[in-house]
Amino acid sequence: MTVTTVISAEEAVGRIRTGDTVMVGGFGLVGAPLRLIDALVEASDATDLTIVSNNIGEPGRGLGKLLRQGRIRRGISSYFTSNPEAVAAVNAGEIEATLVPQGTFAEAIRAGGAGIGGFYTPVGAGTLLADGKEKRVIDGVTHVLEEPICADVSLVYAARADELGNLWYRRTARNFNPLMATAATVTIAEAGEIVPVGALDPESVVTPHLYVDHVVASA
Amino acid sequence: MNDLKARIAARAAEELHPGEVVNLGIGIPNLIPGFLGPDTSVVLHTENGLLGVGPRPGDGELDPDLIDAAKQPITALPGAAYFDSATSFAMIRGGHVDVAVLGALEVSGEGDIANWAVPGKDVLGVGGAMDLVVGARRVIVTMTSTSSRGEPKVVERCTYPLTAAGAVDVVVTELSVFRRIDGALHLTELLDGATVEDVAAVTTAPFVVALEESHVR
Repeated sequence: MTVTTVISAEEAVGRIRTGDTVMVGGFGLVGAPLRLIDALVEASDATDLTIVSNNIGEPGRGLGKLLRQGRIRRGISSYFTSNPEAVAAVNAGEIEATLVPQGTFAEAIRAGGAGIGGFYTPVGAGTLLADGKEKRVIDGVTHVLEEPICADVSLVYAARADELGNLWYRRTARNFNPLMATAATVTIAEAGEIVPVGALDPESVVTPHLYVDHVVASA
Repeated sequence: MNDLKARIAARAAEELHPGEVVNLGIGIPNLIPGFLGPDTSVVLHTENGLLGVGPRPGDGELDPDLIDAAKQPITALPGAAYFDSATSFAMIRGGHVDVAVLGALEVSGEGDIANWAVPGKDVLGVGGAMDLVVGARRVIVTMTSTSSRGEPKVVERCTYPLTAAGAVDVVVTELSVFRRIDGALHLTELLDGATVEDVAAVTTAPFVVALEESHVR
């Protein structure tokens, strides 16, 4: 059960503690909760964070700001390369990087939110990214065991939320957001627009409100 | 537009059949829509969550919430559908995407592909490449026959880190088309006046010459 509250971005990021694992939605900056990221950068002193996000922002933008503050200890991503400063930080030993194929990354988060203890995928078999992972031959094909990914806090972006926390996404800004909304102890949804309960068509709700703890207005 | 790359894209476009669902990688594959024609029934999938990718937006059509996997602005065609990333990759791994067209650093005669990492440089971006080459029903590689340093790219054994083993079905370069048939690499077509000797000179993978009648020019 969850009682969702509509709060400020600054109040919301107060849920993030030093050492936490934080999921952040978005494919690049599209669908990224930029208001929440700014609040984390400006109004929180939580550090030593593990960030689970497809990219670590761009130089000085989105999560790139948090990176410049030196508050990221570890990144779990499919594509660090979109932020050369993240690549430099990894190469300098300033942050630890866990690279995951994008589909495995998405499915591991889905599994984390769905109470699945892991899954076997053929993706990555025979490559560097399967080193040290358990393998099993299924139907003649080598599969790799992938464990679920969960977080303490998820920061997601939805174009529209109602006051209960039901979420509706727009176009390709959906990406990892609905998955991450399910996989954290605390889910904070930034919404482009917050509408009264009943204003969202139940058929169009992508993330049902039980996953969402706090809703924050983008502007 | 680089003429060599455009020619490779034009030939690769002929490999796509009406009604197929196709995912296009960054680089040469991204030039393919220009050769499909406006009335094509090929359906483009982008792994960040859209089936039914349309042309680049014109002035005033730009939507910041609508991009492809290369993070470039796109449009959505009538009949398009949006979905989350787990659904998108379930489509790919589940064999519901007919074709993936990708670039590569190296392809071996066994169909191994290396296209994501260069040793000694950054090995920090894999994106959806591994999922696509394992999951798509047919994998077409578009690339120049040699690297910028003149080294062969169709090789006996990949030296760069693998994206997947035994995954490639077709290789289109500026010189030729290779197909993997019964596990062996076959040279099936020569392009733009290239000879078998021209191809052999830049290919270290063993291959069978099996030129298709209609393509001997």
